[in-house]
Amino acid sequence: MKLSGSDILVRTLIEQGCDVVFGYPGGQIINVYDSLYKYRHELRHVLTAHEQGAAHAADGYARATGKVGVVFATSGPGATNLVTGIATAYLDSVPMVAITGNVPTTHIGTDSFQEIDITGVTLPITKHNFFVGSVEKLADTIREAFRLASSGRPGPVLVDIPKDVQIAMCEYQPAEKVEPDEKAAAKDIRIQQAAECINQCSRPFIYFGGGMIAGNAQDEMLALADKIDAPLGCSFMGVSAVPTDHPRFLGMQGMHGHYACSISMHNADCIIALGARFNDRVTGNRAKFARGAKIVHIDIDGAELSKTVNVEHGLRGDVKLTLQKLLPLIDKVERPEWQRKVQSFRQEEAERGDNRPGMTPKNAIQTLNKYLGENTPVATDVGQHQMWAAQYTEFHNTRRFISSGGLGTMGFGLGAAIGAQMGTGERTVLVTGDGSFGMCLNEMATAVKENLPIVILLMNNGVLGMVRQWQTLFFDKHYSNTVLDRQTDFVKLAEAFGAKGSRALNLEELEQALEEAFACDGPYIIDCVIDKDEFVLPMLPPGGSMDDIITRIGD
Amino acid sequence: MGRFTVAILVNNQFGVLNRVTSMFRRRQFNITSLTVSETESTHYSRITIQSEGEETTKQQLINQLYKLPDVCSIVELSPEKTVSRELLLIKLSNNPETRGEIRAASDAYEGKIVDYTKAAVMIQMVGDSRKIDNFINIMRDYEILEICRTGIVSLERGDETIRNVTLF
Repeated sequence: MKLSGSDILVRTLIEQGCDVVFGYPGGQIINVYDSLYKYRHELRHVLTAHEQGAAHAADGYARATGKVGVVFATSGPGATNLVTGIATAYLDSVPMVAITGNVPTTHIGTDSFQEIDITGVTLPITKHNFFVGSVEKLADTIREAFRLASSGRPGPVLVDIPKDVQIAMCEYQPAEKVEPDEKAAAKDIRIQQAAECINQCSRPFIYFGGGMIAGNAQDEMLALADKIDAPLGCSFMGVSAVPTDHPRFLGMQGMHGHYACSISMHNADCIIALGARFNDRVTGNRAKFARGAKIVHIDIDGAELSKTVNVEHGLRGDVKLTLQKLLPLIDKVERPEWQRKVQSFRQEEAERGDNRPGMTPKNAIQTLNKYLGENTPVATDVGQHQMWAAQYTEFHNTRRFISSGGLGTMGFGLGAAIGAQMGTGERTVLVTGDGSFGMCLNEMATAVKENLPIVILLMNNGVLGMVRQWQTLFFDKHYSNTVLDRQTDFVKLAEAFGAKGSRALNLEELEQALEEAFACDGPYIIDCVIDKDEFVLPMLPPGGSMDDIITRIGD
Repeated sequence: MGRFTVAILVNNQFGVLNRVTSMFRRRQFNITSLTVSETESTHYSRITIQSEGEETTKQQLINQLYKLPDVCSIVELSPEKTVSRELLLIKLSNNPETRGEIRAASDAYEGKIVDYTKAAVMIQMVGDSRKIDNFINIMRDYEILEICRTGIVSLERGDETIRNVTLF
């Protein structure tokens, strides 16, 4: 059966199990949009307000479901508007396929109207990208893009399709959905050496990241924790992978991690790292990081082993399969002494923690917790609110914390919440700040049009709080360009977009607002007013080690 | 800091060199020599690079290369198991006072005079990088007009080939 390139594209996406595409049309992808019209009953397209929002939506969809997210954009500015979204997905290893239109092959390289070398632009922020030079190669290139995006360490793949390739006719052969490459455990000898190391240690600590979520290795990890009687902690990207109230779970580690978690990791003599990459926000000063610990690092990406910190045992392999082989080699032990120590760190955390009454960030998030269902996705933007959400939100199921970790993209949240909502069908929460929300609030239009139940908890402090916090602590309170002093009325803004909203100045009003928001069909903005001088604590000062951790201002 | 040589077999496709060198640039690997050539198969090109760095840098470079989908196999070429050659063309000004010395040095290094005019002499030389470096060093006593060297090409001794290496 002969079909046009654009029909082949849409048919191949359907064949690959894609059920929703986020995107924005334009001159060089208009043929694809004609095919979307033709196949509109089989493939849903969500029109966003901006291509960046579409990319974040595809990303949020992928994070919440584990499936490949798909985004469309036209050539030139459409394609460059995807860049921040693609980079966000790349840094957090999110499977995504971005499809861009381009000028006809005969015009490529002539600086035509809306021509941009998007494969060149996205080279360092994609796992791989393709320029499709002929229609005969189109279907297989799309399949290859899905395979690459979802295999090994996932990531974004871009496919650039010139307009004449979209128009050209070609025989279409349907194919099966491609499966990710078969995963393998690490080498047996490495597993044996790691097992010996673990069996000899006395203060083990299991540290997991986003790779453990991607590898779906929760059961094996918890079995290991039970067997060696170890506490668990995660990187920012690991949040929500185990229930927050799991007795072994100490929370998040790192610059703004939970005190007990960071200190336990610092005091461990063996760190078993699962699908995490020891980035600078985790290690602080690398020279002083976990000096007393031997590190066993399991990651599917061999390049992560000994990239930033030297590890004793680097195991390149799928986390789940490797743990399955490791578990039988591990001795079952109890470590009452180590557990007492960990318990004492928890005690200190509770004592040093923020126990103030009233509308504090912690109390706001804990109030929100009462309304969250077991499967409610919680997306965030980037900044102080993001750290508060990571610290205090209670999660019950994996893939429910949707946040930009590696790139730290302000403006990520609303698009991502739209994608997560559509991927899961669950009412979704966005915790954001007035700075981040201001970046991409145009996607309110999308949320309203699609009538998506999204509760937006906007922690409004009138400042760019995270930068302000640094200015307070390290720049002599020179509040250079961090005081927003805007006159935006977020309740009226919600109404102007066709959504609902209300303001909360205290916890009672917040409860009431949440009550309404969680009963609302569509998006709802809660303008939650907090003090501009709230801090994210604990905090590891830049270049510091866990010995320098700040738990209270004025200490 | 050690010097090391790595041969990379890549898909013979448009833009592959850019993907490889873009990764080097992005991660700030210091490449001292790079050659690209066709191979025995039209499907593959061979990139030979020389770089300097600690063991961890070398491992990181190799591991990052493995992540590029267009990379088919990689082999580190140790000096004792490898034949490595570079080609040098060097042009010097030709004058009666130095002509004899230049010629003697070239002969000692098994160089070949490939162009000879009243004003200039061009010498061609094949050898490993150290030999080429040494010869250039000697020529610095004279007036060097231009130098062009190819960067190294290397093959493993014996019947080992890069295509026998499987991705780990």
